[in-house]
Amino acid sequence: MHERMIIAGFGGQGVIMAGKLLCIAAMNENKYVSHIPSYGAEMRGGTANCSVVISDKEIGSPTVPKPTIAVVMNTPSLTKFEPMVKPGGLLIYNSSLIDQKPKRTDITVVDVKANDISEAEGSTRAANMAAIGKVLALKPEIASLESVIKALDVAISARNRKHNDINIKVLKAAFAQK
Amino acid sequence: MSDQILMKGNEALGEAAIIAGCRFYFGYPITPQNEVPAYMARRLPDVGGTFLQAESEIAAINMVYGASAAGARVMTSSSSPGISLKQEGLSYIAGAELPCVVVNIMRGGPGLGNIAGSQGDYFQSTRGGGNGDYRQLVLTPATVQEMADLTVLAFDLADKYRVTVLILGDGYLGQISEALTLPKPTGKVFDKPWALTGAKGRKPNKVASLRLVPESSLEELNLVLDEKYKSISANECRSESYLTDDADYLLVAYGTSSRICREAVNELREEGIKVGLFRLITAWPFPAEALRKAADKTKKILTVEMSLGQMIEDVQLSVKDSDKVDFYGRSGGMLPETDEIKRRIKAYGN
Amino acid sequence: METKKFKYVYDKPEALVDKVTHYCPGCGHGIVHKLLAEVMDEFGVREKAIIVAPVGCSVLIYDYMNFDGCEASHGRAPAVATGLKRVHPDNIVVAYQGDGDLLAIGTGEAIHAANRGENFTTIFINNAIYGMTGGQMAPTTMENQITATTPTGRDPMDVGYPIRGCELLNSLEAPVFIERCSIHDFKNTLKTKKAIKKGIKNQIEGRGYSFIEVLSTCPTNWGMKPQEAADWVKDTMVPYYPLGNFRDN
Repeated sequence: MHERMIIAGFGGQGVIMAGKLLCIAAMNENKYVSHIPSYGAEMRGGTANCSVVISDKEIGSPTVPKPTIAVVMNTPSLTKFEPMVKPGGLLIYNSSLIDQKPKRTDITVVDVKANDISEAEGSTRAANMAAIGKVLALKPEIASLESVIKALDVAISARNRKHNDINIKVLKAAFAQK
Repeated sequence: MSDQILMKGNEALGEAAIIAGCRFYFGYPITPQNEVPAYMARRLPDVGGTFLQAESEIAAINMVYGASAAGARVMTSSSSPGISLKQEGLSYIAGAELPCVVVNIMRGGPGLGNIAGSQGDYFQSTRGGGNGDYRQLVLTPATVQEMADLTVLAFDLADKYRVTVLILGDGYLGQISEALTLPKPTGKVFDKPWALTGAKGRKPNKVASLRLVPESSLEELNLVLDEKYKSISANECRSESYLTDDADYLLVAYGTSSRICREAVNELREEGIKVGLFRLITAWPFPAEALRKAADKTKKILTVEMSLGQMIEDVQLSVKDSDKVDFYGRSGGMLPETDEIKRRIKAYGN
Repeated sequence: METKKFKYVYDKPEALVDKVTHYCPGCGHGIVHKLLAEVMDEFGVREKAIIVAPVGCSVLIYDYMNFDGCEASHGRAPAVATGLKRVHPDNIVVAYQGDGDLLAIGTGEAIHAANRGENFTTIFINNAIYGMTGGQMAPTTMENQITATTPTGRDPMDVGYPIRGCELLNSLEAPVFIERCSIHDFKNTLKTKKAIKKGIKNQIEGRGYSFIEVLSTCPTNWGMKPQEAADWVKDTMVPYYPLGNFRDN
């Protein structure tokens, strides 16, 4: 297993944290992981993304110019990253916020109504968890749902840990969705 | 693996410094190393240490100079343009034989350049960016784990030899989060009878690089430094030879570019091509002997850098047949690509 | 025969090394060195003292002070002193700086150490010229003063007006003591000692940053005899750099 992921959205959607959550879960399953955020000037203008590599082998380059999995949470991210996905790869897009349909036919395209799932569970801010739930459902070899739920205790800052009950509900709801 | 945590390179470095007993940090913000001062600002007060944001890189390195003269374990960090500003202080620190740890999380240059990771400061690091006859020990981590482990080592080496130890990382290593097992303190203690503590019951100590009279006194100091540098060269060369024993081709790299090379080696080996990697862990002293050994039977050597060719000069000086040495580099924050490395190695043929 | 009993009334301070300095005849550095040494002795803090030397004529001050000493690169004495003092808050740290050191190449370090209220003492020697390098313009060189780099006299329209250090630092909140003194005559020399003593006392008591500017002489580079130089301080410098206390909190 060697997955190279981009998780992208606007600032505040928790895409950087989502990447870290996956890394911690996979690390605890003895996989090699790397996470590198977009930083500095790239961060300005409200968009954010992180590059995540999860692998059975040591990780060379931490950057992800051609993702095997792209998770895009808003329209600008879809526009930017859809063309980059490796042929045969997976594109998960947040159809709660993205109206247009991805055009690529050489990749698997899956939609997740991330904000709707989050709101249905009682939070406006757990769309990132819905996206992660969907990733886990489609790529169980990255990490188990249990590992991810366990990783929440480490990945989420003490200040926000009180929201973990809802985070877990959203994760499970998205994971279970067909 | 329950002792593993996911940690960012810059933060791992900060925590490792604290583990090593560093209680003083002086620095000035610059991307992509800002997590180091932020981490030290958060953590140092917990352990009774002092964090101070200086008014400039120049002030920061001179605060380091003062704290080191006072006998403390002290660190500063910056990125390329900021390290340029520190060169004056580093020269004085060398002349006054003070121990300190300096971190350079390199970014693209020259000038303001950009904020992506780069390896464009190899010359500045290994040749001495400041004035005069001096050297500094340069450690080149390639993973978050090594960022932490080499930081702990750096403080011991600095105290042992009374030199600057430069940790030469890059923006990718600073920003990447990976699994980390926190290093343990080495427990080594170094006497510092030269430190400025007040001349109670002893003659006054002086910390200075100035040697005016007699005329030969500066050369005498430089010869003392030279002996020390020779001892460092003899004892502190560090490198890793990965799959080099039977290698027809050798990649030479350090830091982030060495990770990409390792990936290329693994993929080429799967195709049956005998290629190995020689990775620097110290850039100065340059592990010339180990490289010579690893390169001896190879047909071709490909030096891979995130610059347009700096370390290659040391590679050429080290191997018997410098005509064998080829180069592939990307600069300005771009990364070398595994596919391109593989293409080149294959193109060498037999 | 009865021996006449003598009473010691004057001696070389213990904090001063018994050796001939390299300073020119009539130079003010030796006077200020001695005042500082006397103050250290009077407080009994010689064994805790650390002098930070500047680059300039007083670069070798650590050879004359009988306590620990540290070189600083040009202008960086306040940063070096910050590092020393932060490690050893109970030591007595003095940054000794000239006018080029403090108000040209090291203006940033000087202002920021003062602004942080670092608990050390700065002694600022203002002699309106670069002595060590051979008489070039200083930031404090007087208008129309001839120097090696202002051969027709300092023209403020070209190179700016002389900078007043005390007034500059007096705009900051943190410093506890700012005073300008002079060593051009005996009375003022005693006032200088009093100011240095206050600056060291503040440090001993942990009160924060003290700044003592001393108008001083450079007969060699001014091209004057020692007495002429002392008079020039009084007649030319003092009117532009008013003596007195700016702050004593």
